[in-house]
Amino acid sequence: MTDVIDAIGGELTRYSLITAFSVIGVTVWISYALSDRLTRGRIHGSAIAILIGLIMAYVGGQVTRGEKGIADLAIFSGIGLMGGAMFRDFAIVATAFGVRLDEFLKTGISGIVSLFAGVVVSFIVGACVAYGFGYRDAVAMTTIGAGAATYIVGPVTGGAIGASGELMALSVAAGLVKSILVMTITPFVAPLIGLDNPRSALIFGGLMGTTSGVAAGLAATDPKLVPYGAMTATFYTGLGCLLGPSVIYMIMRAIV
Amino acid sequence: MAIYGTALLALCLLIGSIVGRLLGMAVGVDANVGGVGIAMLMLILFSDRLQRAGRIEPPTRQGIIFWSSVYIPIVVAMAASQNVRAAVTGGPVAILAGVLAVVVSFAMVPLISRIGNEPATKDRS
Repeated sequence: MTDVIDAIGGELTRYSLITAFSVIGVTVWISYALSDRLTRGRIHGSAIAILIGLIMAYVGGQVTRGEKGIADLAIFSGIGLMGGAMFRDFAIVATAFGVRLDEFLKTGISGIVSLFAGVVVSFIVGACVAYGFGYRDAVAMTTIGAGAATYIVGPVTGGAIGASGELMALSVAAGLVKSILVMTITPFVAPLIGLDNPRSALIFGGLMGTTSGVAAGLAATDPKLVPYGAMTATFYTGLGCLLGPSVIYMIMRAIV
Repeated sequence: MAIYGTALLALCLLIGSIVGRLLGMAVGVDANVGGVGIAMLMLILFSDRLQRAGRIEPPTRQGIIFWSSVYIPIVVAMAASQNVRAAVTGGPVAILAGVLAVVVSFAMVPLISRIGNEPATKDRS
């Protein structure tokens, strides 16, 4: 019997990307059915699918103690490829097809304002929380603040200013909390903050900055808004990595 | 042919990410500065031009549209491969920093929307 299971597992692993297509396809199908039947479409199918994805990721993490969620299980390794940066970025770029250029240029200035505001505010919030928990030196406050920007800005900034491994892990965790929260609560908060047009989506992307959070949050809110939010969000991590170890660290050192 | 569309998309992403990387190097950052955003702008420019010139055949479009239509499944796969355990077990500092950053950023969306939106609100009144 174990031979049979091994054989099946072997085939699923050999075709791991194909396995991922079917697993994710079924997940999406179930989610849309749940959305229709249980919530009468009030909670969008993709919001449910993303939630199921996150639960799968948690279970995978508990089972394997790895860092890539369910993708750390060999037969589901294709999900890591399918949901990795390569395919994610490719699909994000594809959503821009057919978008009109003037819609982007019209909101250019507020997009840039939102980017700077988003990076600075996240740093301040993160640094204040760090201070409140007794991390009172400039390196620690900057690193945790960077993590509150995104989980990429965190370790990049921490690495540049010589933060300890423990601080870097904290900053990555802060960034992950942010990203997961944006993924799950955006559709519920959207009506309260006027997130229903390209302009506010662009600003939203610039303020949040977590590409994965914004990508999933907007998909679950209104897929038409995805290219606008994703566009500004992709500049955020770069800006954060630029400002974090330089301007923000210097300001933080001057204050503390 | 569909591959023409997919190849156009691929070239945009490759060029965008190379430009983003070089931009990062130019400003002294070990990260990609807006590569995907640059790729999106390029795709918008190209498709705008080609569509106006009537040189984009339906199969070519399909080669691009397929990838934007599997966007949600890809995002679901992305969610399933996140390090959720690390986020949940990150401790109070990490959780509070993440949660507050999100709350404050959400609150700022309507504020910044208002700043640059004067003319539109005047139109309505």
